[in-house]
Amino acid sequence: MMSEPLLFIENLHKSFGKLEVLKGVDLTMNASDVVSIIGSSGSGKTTMLRCVNLLEEFHEGRILIDGEEIGYTLKNGKRQRLPKAQIARHRALTGMVFQTFNLFPHLTALKNVTLGLIKVRKMKKDEAAEVARHWLSRVGLLDRQDHYPGQLSGGQQQRVAIARAIAMNPKLMLFDEVTSALDPELVNEVLNVIKDLASDGMTMLIVTHEMRFAFDVSTKVIFMNEGRIGEQGPPAELFNNPKSKRLAEFIQNSTF
Amino acid sequence: MDVAQFLHEFWIARGAIWDGFQMTVAISALSIFFGTLLGLFVGLALVYAWLPVRFVVRIYVDFIRGTPVFVLVLASFYILSVIGIQLTAFQAGILAITAFCSTHVGEMVRGALAAIPRGQSEAAMAIGLTFRQTFQSVLMPQALRQILPTWVNAATEMVKASTLLSVIGVAELLLATQQVISRNFLSLEFYFLAGFIYFLIDFSIERLGRFVEKKLAYC
Amino acid sequence: MDYRLNFDAVWRSFDLLLSGLALGLGLAIVSIFIGSLIGLIAAFAMLSKNKLWRGIAVAYVTAIRNTPILVLIFFTFFALPQLGVRLGKIESFVFTLTIYSGAYLTEVFRGGLIAIPPGLREAGLAVGLTEWGAQRWVIIPVMIRNVLPALSNNFISLFKDTSLAAAIAVPELTFYARQINVNSFRVIESWTVASLMYVFACYIIAAGLRLVERKLAIP
Ligand SMILES: Nc1ncnc2c1ncn2[C@@H]1O[C@H](COP(=O)(O)OP(=O)(O)O)[C@@H](O)[C@H]1O
Ligand SMILES: [Mg+2]
Repeated sequence: MMSEPLLFIENLHKSFGKLEVLKGVDLTMNASDVVSIIGSSGSGKTTMLRCVNLLEEFHEGRILIDGEEIGYTLKNGKRQRLPKAQIARHRALTGMVFQTFNLFPHLTALKNVTLGLIKVRKMKKDEAAEVARHWLSRVGLLDRQDHYPGQLSGGQQQRVAIARAIAMNPKLMLFDEVTSALDPELVNEVLNVIKDLASDGMTMLIVTHEMRFAFDVSTKVIFMNEGRIGEQGPPAELFNNPKSKRLAEFIQNSTF
Repeated sequence: MDVAQFLHEFWIARGAIWDGFQMTVAISALSIFFGTLLGLFVGLALVYAWLPVRFVVRIYVDFIRGTPVFVLVLASFYILSVIGIQLTAFQAGILAITAFCSTHVGEMVRGALAAIPRGQSEAAMAIGLTFRQTFQSVLMPQALRQILPTWVNAATEMVKASTLLSVIGVAELLLATQQVISRNFLSLEFYFLAGFIYFLIDFSIERLGRFVEKKLAYC
Repeated sequence: MDYRLNFDAVWRSFDLLLSGLALGLGLAIVSIFIGSLIGLIAAFAMLSKNKLWRGIAVAYVTAIRNTPILVLIFFTFFALPQLGVRLGKIESFVFTLTIYSGAYLTEVFRGGLIAIPPGLREAGLAVGLTEWGAQRWVIIPVMIRNVLPALSNNFISLFKDTSLAAAIAVPELTFYARQINVNSFRVIESWTVASLMYVFACYIIAAGLRLVERKLAIP
């Protein structure tokens, strides 16, 4: 029996007003796949992740996670966005890590991780703290559990943000340029955490400008170009034999 | 509410209300004028004065600002006469609001002067300007420009504070309204009318403040 | 001038003055709590996409902020009974002060909400919180901490505004000061002591609130 793909995106369209940003994106991911999305600024990478996390509404197309369509339903033949509670439940199927960390500034590292566990997963405080400590230790920050975001470096904040997302036990992790806001010397500590999760078999969709990292970690790389998937394939193939001129140029202008 | 009755009573009371309105404007304008004048000195003293003087002015400012305006008005009204200064209620009230206004303006001036980077006066002195020249041509123009919008808005505070004089018997708009109400018992209508007139005054001043702010932002 | 200071009458009634001070504080505390609730709701209304809510919130804030509080106090106490709303003087005053502070706090909260980066809400949503959950557990707590200094200032000016309750004979500090003044003719003494009590109370409240601010500040 063929298993369901973990993520299935079909004909995804998204516009901001008149500006069409996603012009029909299709993507299939299986469990434990690590897919990197590369592409120039403004090509729609962030928007695509945000659609999968339901932070954006989209006008056409379907997104299925583990066989379940998220965000929308057909009612009397009409496409309708689901009620907020449903959206929140679907959103929790994926974990999102943002470029700007977006940690809750008024909570310690530990509480940043436990908030969702307690309020969404309805865990007991002790239980949530235990889960949180497990993940903080996985990202190497157990000793910082009582620090506030303002007391952590950018790299440490981003690692807490990863722990916060993954502690919710999502089926799919989304990373949006998570090292772009970091000082160069802090980039690797974050990338190593992600690699570590990949080797665990976590399914991940990663937008990144770190080509070396994309090359190393991905099972598949996607090149986004003007709201469409320009090219996709295994990293070695895509980076070594780009088919289109656009991708060749893009790779040439990127640093490894 | 009977509109015809209200209009009738309003017609009867129009003179009294107009007098009250004029009184309100007079109280506000005089307090703002004297308060601003005094406030400029207060602000300068807070920044430049000899330390003991600065200390005394600071106590004055904190004391006035820590005391409710209503208490200032009542104290001014009751105290001045027993220490032999014979002022009318009108004058005593204006004195209190002037003091209130002066501390506001003083703090504004102090804040504005403090916000000008030190380097500017150093640069001015370096090209040979005296302190007086530096102050007149570099510091004060900038400070005044910065406080202008805030100052216009402080004016609305003075208009609101002028209502407190009704309690010491100055027939400004609020007391005039109460006197009208005591004759015709239309409290709802006439309090509403008074509130509306105050609203118009304050709202116009506030708009003026925004306008001034915008004008200043462009040049 | 022939006036000898004699504080006996004031000291004899010092208990009353203290009880008046305590009542004023109590009135301010109750008002700022309920006012904060109103302010929070109105701030969200102001930022909502719904034109009607936005209109109501803007009208409320604009009307209250441009009307003198004494007019509001009299309106509630003397005019509302004409509509069948009959409140005791303390209830009436608290009602007015609450509505009044709500309007000012709306502006404070609105500013605080605008200043929160949108990513924070999205991070809350991303961990699976509902819209309300993100507001309740992330946005509002962060915003409140950020606006604490403004809240403190509002509380202090609200406390000073409780002096106006004397105008409808609520027995707070200003009321007793005036009573002592009238009964004993110790004019200077009663007003000086009352004024100093306000000033010190403000100092102490400010210092206390600064401690709270420091304790709750986001590191
Ligand atoms: N909220 C928004 N409103 C309007 N336009 C937007 C919005 N978000 C993104 N865009 C536009 O959509 C396009 C794609 O943006 P984005 O997905 O962020 O690109 P990328 O992440 O690949 O750099 C850009 O042209 C951007 O200006
Ligand atoms: Mg992006």
